[in-house]
Amino acid sequence: MLCECGLHEATIHEVIITNEKKKIERHLCEQCARKRGVSTNPYIPISQLISAASYIMGQAITSTNASPGVENDALSKPTEPRPAIETRTTSSACPGCGQSFTSFKEHGLLGCSGCYQIFEDRIGPMIERAHEGGCNHVGKIPKRALCECQDTSDPARINALLGDIRQREERLDALRQRLSKSIHDEEYEQAAILRDELSRLTSLASSQIEPTPASSSASSVQASSS
Amino acid sequence: MQASGDAHKDPHPAHESAFIHNAEWLRGLGESSDVVISSRVRLARNISGFPFTPRASRIDRTQILEVCKRRILTIPTTNSTKPSSQFIWIDLHQVGREDRDLLVERQLISRQHARGKLSTGKGGLDEPRSVAVLIPDEHLSIMINEEDHIRLQTIRSGLALGACLAEANAFDDLIEAGMDYAYHPRFGYLTACPTNVGTGLRLSVMLHLPALKLTGELEKVRRAAQDMGLAVRGFYGEGSESPGEFYQISNQTTLGKSDDMLLHEMEREIIPKVVGYERHARRNLLTSRKQMLEDQAWRALGTLRHARLMKVEEAMELLSLVRLGVLTGILEGICTEQIHSLLLNIQPTHLQRTLGTVLTQQERRIARAQLIRTQLDTGSPSGSSS
Repeated sequence: MLCECGLHEATIHEVIITNEKKKIERHLCEQCARKRGVSTNPYIPISQLISAASYIMGQAITSTNASPGVENDALSKPTEPRPAIETRTTSSACPGCGQSFTSFKEHGLLGCSGCYQIFEDRIGPMIERAHEGGCNHVGKIPKRALCECQDTSDPARINALLGDIRQREERLDALRQRLSKSIHDEEYEQAAILRDELSRLTSLASSQIEPTPASSSASSVQASSS
Repeated sequence: MQASGDAHKDPHPAHESAFIHNAEWLRGLGESSDVVISSRVRLARNISGFPFTPRASRIDRTQILEVCKRRILTIPTTNSTKPSSQFIWIDLHQVGREDRDLLVERQLISRQHARGKLSTGKGGLDEPRSVAVLIPDEHLSIMINEEDHIRLQTIRSGLALGACLAEANAFDDLIEAGMDYAYHPRFGYLTACPTNVGTGLRLSVMLHLPALKLTGELEKVRRAAQDMGLAVRGFYGEGSESPGEFYQISNQTTLGKSDDMLLHEMEREIIPKVVGYERHARRNLLTSRKQMLEDQAWRALGTLRHARLMKVEEAMELLSLVRLGVLTGILEGICTEQIHSLLLNIQPTHLQRTLGTVLTQQERRIARAQLIRTQLDTGSPSGSSS
């Protein structure tokens, strides 16, 4: 195909979709394309490559215009677990979503957060094998949830996020052991990361421990002596 | 850029503004960009109170979409350095196959998400699912109702896992500010598949390893990576082939190691080693088998510059050799960004959408060969070789 100039082969093919949804095709040689300011680089951003009706822009929605048919409250507040597709449950199934352990073994997927608690004893060893012996989470904790915990000091929320005192102590012990091993193995960069993680968790654990009978009496002793 | 400025007002501005710079990950810049094409970070998250996607009813899925849409589209995305940055939202159950395939070719969604099928074989095209893409750079996308409710990914050119992770974490915090995530003190971020629990973090690096292939050492490196508990995948992820020796290496362990530990292992220990092997192989080829290397690179360029019919796989193999030729100093006048851009634009759906027409397989091969000739032409009359 020749270019509009009639001199060279057209190598740049462009399709313009006008605002009236009219399609205009142009076939140009490289020289003419350059003269008209059309780049010969065929890269086009996704927003212009994808069909116009396929997407909405960020500005199309604001925090005040709720989507039709969905209550504002339902969106802003997480709801209780609701029944999943299959509501038929067996005695060994997760009460939250109805998933059985057999079904998990077949597909390798769990049904809901509750499954992790219901099947914890059985999936724990499997998870440990899949993660090269890793059995406790180390690292990021949901930021806002953590801030709210620190603000409210609600023991139930703290336990849900960080575990109870025993679990927290176990995790700290495990980290201390890994830190010692890293230092012994002269893996100093790894050790530095572990040390930071340990001090972060230690400060969280100490600031968030809920008053158990033993610790509350201990703190009251300290308070009275100070 | 005029195009990005217009994007606020009109999704289809006049064509003159349609061409802007490449997506960030195609630029061929950054640390170790001679071997590392791009770095990608993915976070898997689920919203508390809903069953995970594979178990969620249609009503649940629709509500999850709405919760995420309201949250994501109201996140402030602009700042002084990126005044036109914003999200676009695409409901994949309501768009045609071409649009879905475009997003896959663009590395913005997984093949699984495009098909709506889960690894269990359940699901289908009409399952409510979406993707939010941050434009104009396209370095951040968020898949909703994939295997997990939220899968947030950032992608950049070169070895830049740290920058990807920092940005992914920042957006993760912004999303979490408006919803409760499913989280467990022992297992961390809960995911539908227990292999992703803990950090829910996958760090992937796309590597170009043509010299290791030529020296016959690729299999050894591949096996070593797998022995280290890493996943080795093709250009388009799970189950995809690797024409042109483009490989994605990623971590599989997500529990028991913090984000920083995983990042350190990948970015400072594992990937530099693989990069070192490839560089060593390139140097070896240049010193002991230079003629063979020159022949391979020039032969590839010659074929690309003159072929009239071109399959995707063949084009990727040849572009891979040209890239090797450019980076070993054998070929001049071609930049890696040009090659990366071609690797994307020769893909079937990009080819058709750029030309604005549906093509048969044979027509695609003709159009692909023509596109490559145009891009790699040295300025000699394009008709002289035919």
